[in-house]
Amino acid sequence: MGSLLSQLGLECGGKDVREKERHLRANDRELNLSYKYADNAIKTSKYNIFTFLPLNLFEQFQRLANAYFLFLLCLQSIPEVSSLPWYTTVVPLVLVLSMTMAKDSSDDMNRHRCDKQVNNRKVEILIGGDLSLILLYLSLLLQADLLLLSSSEPLNLVYIETAELDGETNLKVKQALTVTGKLEDSIEKLANFNGEVRCEPPNNRLDKFTGTLTLNGETYSLDNERILLRGCTLRNTQWCFGLVVFGGPDTKLMQNCGRTTFKRTSIDRLMNVLVLNIFGFLMIMCLILAIGNGIWEYQEGSKFAAFLPKGVNAPFSAFLTFWSYVIILNTVVPISLYISVEIIRLGNSFYINWDRKMYYPKSDTPAEARTTTLNEELGQIKYIFSDKTGTLTQNIMTFNKCSINGKSYGEPWQKVDFSWNNLADPKFCFHDNSLVEEVREGNPEVQAFFRLLALCHTVMPEEKKEGELYYQAQSPDEGALVTAARNFGFVFRSRTPERITVVEMGELVTYELLAVLDFNNVRKRMSVIVRSPEGKLTLYCKGADTIIFERLNPSCSNLTEVTTEHLNEFAGEGLRTLALAYKDIDPEYMEDWKLRHHEANTAMDEREEKLDALYEEIEKGLQLLGSTAVEDKLQDGVPQTIEQLSKADIKIWVLTGDKQETAENIGYSCNMLRDEMNEVFIVLKHHSTWNSISLVFHEQSFITFLLPIPPHLTLPPPSLSTQAFALEKDMEMELLRTACMCQTVICCRVTPLQKAQVVELVKKYKQAVTLAVGDGANDVSMIKAAHIGVGISGQEGMQAVLSSDYSFAQFRYLQRLLLVHGRWSYLRMCKFLRYFFYKNFTFTFVHFWYGFFCGFSAQTVYDEWFITLYNLVYTALPVLSLSLLDQDVNDWWSFQYPQLYTPGQLNQYFSKRAFVYTVLHSGYSSLVLFFIPWAAMYDTVRDDGKEIVDYQSFALLAQTCLLIAVSIQLGLDTHYWTAVNQFFLWGSLSVYFAVIFTMYSNGMFLTLISSFPFIGTARNSLNQPNVWLTMLLTSILCVLPVVAYRFLRILLWPTINDKVRGRGSTHLSLVRQDKVLPPAPRRVQARRTSTRRSGYAFSHAQGYGDLVTSGKFLRRTPKSRPALFSQTDSPLAQTQPQSYRTISEWEEPPLSP
Amino acid sequence: MMASNYNAKEEDGHQPAAIGHGGAGTVKNKKPDNTAFKQQRLPAWQPILTAGTVLPAFFVIGLIFIPIGIGLFVTSNNIQELEIDYTGVDMSSPCYNCSQSYSWNSTKPCLCSVPFFLDQPFESNVFMYYGLSNFYQNHRRYVKSRDDSQLNGDKASLTSPSKECEPYRTSDNKPIAPCGAIANSLFNDTLELYYIDPNGSRTAIPLVKKGIAWWTDKHVKFRNPGGNDNNLTVVFQGTSKPVNWRKSVYELDPSDPDNNGFINEDFIVWMRTAALPTFRKLYRIIHKKTNMTPTLPLGQYILEVTYNYPVRSFEGRKRMILSTISWMGGKNPFLGIAYITVGSVCFFLGIVLLIIHHKYGNRNHSADIPS
Repeated sequence: MGSLLSQLGLECGGKDVREKERHLRANDRELNLSYKYADNAIKTSKYNIFTFLPLNLFEQFQRLANAYFLFLLCLQSIPEVSSLPWYTTVVPLVLVLSMTMAKDSSDDMNRHRCDKQVNNRKVEILIGGDLSLILLYLSLLLQADLLLLSSSEPLNLVYIETAELDGETNLKVKQALTVTGKLEDSIEKLANFNGEVRCEPPNNRLDKFTGTLTLNGETYSLDNERILLRGCTLRNTQWCFGLVVFGGPDTKLMQNCGRTTFKRTSIDRLMNVLVLNIFGFLMIMCLILAIGNGIWEYQEGSKFAAFLPKGVNAPFSAFLTFWSYVIILNTVVPISLYISVEIIRLGNSFYINWDRKMYYPKSDTPAEARTTTLNEELGQIKYIFSDKTGTLTQNIMTFNKCSINGKSYGEPWQKVDFSWNNLADPKFCFHDNSLVEEVREGNPEVQAFFRLLALCHTVMPEEKKEGELYYQAQSPDEGALVTAARNFGFVFRSRTPERITVVEMGELVTYELLAVLDFNNVRKRMSVIVRSPEGKLTLYCKGADTIIFERLNPSCSNLTEVTTEHLNEFAGEGLRTLALAYKDIDPEYMEDWKLRHHEANTAMDEREEKLDALYEEIEKGLQLLGSTAVEDKLQDGVPQTIEQLSKADIKIWVLTGDKQETAENIGYSCNMLRDEMNEVFIVLKHHSTWNSISLVFHEQSFITFLLPIPPHLTLPPPSLSTQAFALEKDMEMELLRTACMCQTVICCRVTPLQKAQVVELVKKYKQAVTLAVGDGANDVSMIKAAHIGVGISGQEGMQAVLSSDYSFAQFRYLQRLLLVHGRWSYLRMCKFLRYFFYKNFTFTFVHFWYGFFCGFSAQTVYDEWFITLYNLVYTALPVLSLSLLDQDVNDWWSFQYPQLYTPGQLNQYFSKRAFVYTVLHSGYSSLVLFFIPWAAMYDTVRDDGKEIVDYQSFALLAQTCLLIAVSIQLGLDTHYWTAVNQFFLWGSLSVYFAVIFTMYSNGMFLTLISSFPFIGTARNSLNQPNVWLTMLLTSILCVLPVVAYRFLRILLWPTINDKVRGRGSTHLSLVRQDKVLPPAPRRVQARRTSTRRSGYAFSHAQGYGDLVTSGKFLRRTPKSRPALFSQTDSPLAQTQPQSYRTISEWEEPPLSP
Repeated sequence: MMASNYNAKEEDGHQPAAIGHGGAGTVKNKKPDNTAFKQQRLPAWQPILTAGTVLPAFFVIGLIFIPIGIGLFVTSNNIQELEIDYTGVDMSSPCYNCSQSYSWNSTKPCLCSVPFFLDQPFESNVFMYYGLSNFYQNHRRYVKSRDDSQLNGDKASLTSPSKECEPYRTSDNKPIAPCGAIANSLFNDTLELYYIDPNGSRTAIPLVKKGIAWWTDKHVKFRNPGGNDNNLTVVFQGTSKPVNWRKSVYELDPSDPDNNGFINEDFIVWMRTAALPTFRKLYRIIHKKTNMTPTLPLGQYILEVTYNYPVRSFEGRKRMILSTISWMGGKNPFLGIAYITVGSVCFFLGIVLLIIHHKYGNRNHSADIPS
């Protein structure tokens, strides 16, 4: 598409000057090109085949560690300084560089592929000649911001769904200008269309658009009504034409996505701090040794000069020694650290991809770790920000229960058979047969109930084939209700502005629609007034129970009581309720009312108020029919997951663009809100839906804290800056403090950007790790803002998944991602880092001690080959297997005791303190590892009287002791000994011995004399009993304190992990079987009787009543366009004038309730 | 209830293959493989530190280490060793004069004899060492100042030694053989041992000068250029002797072609640089003659020193050591003491931990895990 759109004249270009106004002309590519507006293509890849090597190397050497090693390499080339041969640095450096390069190239290849996929999504575009228009079909996801020109629908209307943008699933209407609507689908006219558009520069305001269209000298103003935004889905509209206004990164959706920032984990940041500290530490060590060297040279070296090759004066020698020690002691900042960390993260990411327990068979979607660098952060999550629609809920409404005339129906019994009704929707199910019996027996109240549902709504029917009805509901609630009525024998069949045709128990009845008293958020109800064929006038009303009950006829007070009880029950189960009522109307009164209604409707001022008053007047003295209870279906396992996560001390905030009632309702149904909680506070209700944030706090006992909050928390005028700040600076802290004191936080009516701002707020002030989970394009910004973004691959497109770090199909997999994978990853990473620093510090400190015995001359203790291979070969694989396979407790126990998760949140396993402990531990180990061999070998000889304390034998002894000691330490750290661990550990030790015997062999020496001077050392040393006794002694001495300390700690201050592990061992058989059961749902929804809470929730918007009555909404046969549709894709299509590209966008099933 | 239709089976991952969309059963779905590795269910041994494992381990280590330590200590103590410092620091020392007057440049050897009394006979083979203290054979500049190729008999390296040998690479525009600081500082004192009979006559103790170097060094690492059969004088023609040396490398032991040139064992022993500034190097071996007489009977001895090697400048010390050996090498009581100490500490720790365990162990009942 990118390539095509660029032909439309939206070329990508560097925007040096901030765009003040956008100006483009249809069908005039040259003009459009001259502005260099952004291409619709999206480019995320970094390299191409030629730039890869230089760019990648350049980037790699920008990393501190790599640059440092390059610097070391330079140092080593100076013979006076070089204390180690070049290969000790080059071998690891080349290895690291090539591995990173391999990873980068595969990453970039993936990006290239993704770009290609995204950019090659096809739409039909009029090109050729100077055509530059876009043609769209039903159910298409829009790929650019368009100015709507014409559509298949009357009055040039199009219906769109904006779920990708704001999460709202109801339909919205856009209308083209009449002047462009005349273009219809005539290619001739479209091709000659030469309107000029001047409009605002790209911005992130989804609700606003200003611009003008100049056509044939006349200027028309353009507003948001004419613009179709990228991310919308075309519904109910066969086709429409549009002119691309913003493409690619300029689209409002992309502008709203927030910036992509490179995410780093807290361990990363800690590691960087530590590495800097280590550098400092290294410098101090080198300085001490250099000063030592200066003193030594001055006191001893000068006198020893006859024996030594001529040296330099003491200060200069100290200076050179400093650098020599920088080379030798560089192993404290091992280059392999970074590469190992990457490997571990990659491995743990693969485990996520491979997990069958996070695989969703219904959509054939396995979990996916899209970012491989954040795993351990999954074990440290403190705050989860969740979207509601599509994440917690399935976005499916089901008619679940109802109360009719004081009788409650819908207790699960058995599935009702609707086969008697040939118009029934086969997907609908209900579980209470008694209701069907009642309705078939002709119970008048039950029939009235369903008649109301069939009449009082704004649903549009669509009957493609006889008897095959599809409802286009503006809200899923209505869809569910009308479908319920349909299945119970009151089938809403068709509508005109004046009539509603219903099949009532098989009988066709047409009602005359006299008025629609539309829904809005203040009224919280809607009514219709209809005249039955018998001439009876009836008002049917549905709405919030509290509102309806106020308007009831006093005669139904008994019924009200019973119904209230039922409503309480429904609300307690988290169902969304509506109360239904009706009223017979006197025809004369109706005549009068209608007149007044017409007057009010045409009034110039105060129309709304007048209408409201009229509605209020007629909606009085209603007769209660009953109530409906619709379930906003949660995804499977959501309440359990939330409970598990909150047991792990993770705070869950729900951020939704949806209404307060709806959001609260979900809060109840997934156990986040409970009845014993007090609804504490509603910060703000602003008029504009896009610019307000209202927070609902629920907490038990902190009400007093909420008082100081001012009642207004408003936005600065949005015009001041395109980056609207949702939360004023001075309010931020108050807001956060309040929110954090509450058990549950639900933010409603938040825009995508505000979602991100809430996340940023918590990130900024709480110093906690945050995770955002969402499924739609409106969640992209918060997914990007949070430390970790999780995308649910659901129905709302792939936008969220594409910008997420982890993705899977069901919300409930989150608990496995965090409690199992996250915990393990964190544990493994921390273990790895602790051990890695331990082994390298120990290694290095021995050099430090040896400095005092070799005149601070930067002589190494170990063989140069050992130094080269220590990190890369001898200790690499065992520690990798530890950090890829270790589990302190298995997944079953992780679920049983979510508290096991908390150490990660508190950074307990790896912190500065743990690091200092590690350094002290290595200090001790290095003392043992140097001074025990030193003392044991002091002035002694072999068992045949020959030499044993020569440099080479001592080096061999010291390095073997070291390797054995660190291997045993690894063994102590390993909790989960698989065959792999055993193999790598013993394998590495064997490899070590194999390597030393090989390298110290005659053959190697004779081939490369200068590189292998240690000939015979292994043979001559390792047959000595005192050498082995020394190794045993050092190993035991290194391990002894650790074992004693750990044993005492488990004994005296056991952590939960120790307890669970202790328990796990006694239940080993159970654990081995790996019968992983989900935690039993402990909490059955408590039936709530004490407090009264309305279960009212209705995701409906104002304005549809007008649509229904005005006739705009009514479909007439679409204007046909046979010639265009038959065209197929051909390579020539681009060059041939007057041709269309065919669409190959994925098809979505038509929206049906 | 409607909200809790939570399917355990599906989570379990053991469901038969999912019914994919489109129904094509042959199409491989994306369900991950059910292998123990991928599902992180590898069978594993999960040891934990319990009283049942830790305490016995401590006691066992204690019980093993103490006897080993005692054995080592006894062995070390049974080794006979005699050490004589002949540096000549004191005025009273017989070598005082030599040590004062001597420098590298003197041409006249300085002789001194150090008498000593052996109050215990040395029964088995006796090894004679020279020991140096405060001598930094492990200094980096010293250690690398050699050319192993040259020492291995490489002709090219003989005529053009490695740069590492600087400044002992060439002398008078001729390559030095053997080059480098190590070779240059070869220990060149001569030690001789005489037994003084009770009747006053001196008997020279036969000192064996071969078999003192590592076999690998003697036979692999060090080789004369052009093999051992050739005339070394010819082979080394065109090279210069190290500046501190009195004689050339081919004159080290003219009597024995197998101990001359680079394969002279005294030279090889010296070239194996020591790890620590205080070290001893094997000088000669005194073989036991018969089963009846001790190798060195008790009595009066004289150590005749040809004092060549100057150590006073760097406050070094020179020693002559006579020592027998055991299965664990020379005399060094450290290992024995260390083993005994560690063993005792282990045992003691075991007891302390046992007491603590008995007192507080009941805390660790897993029943009190908060859930």
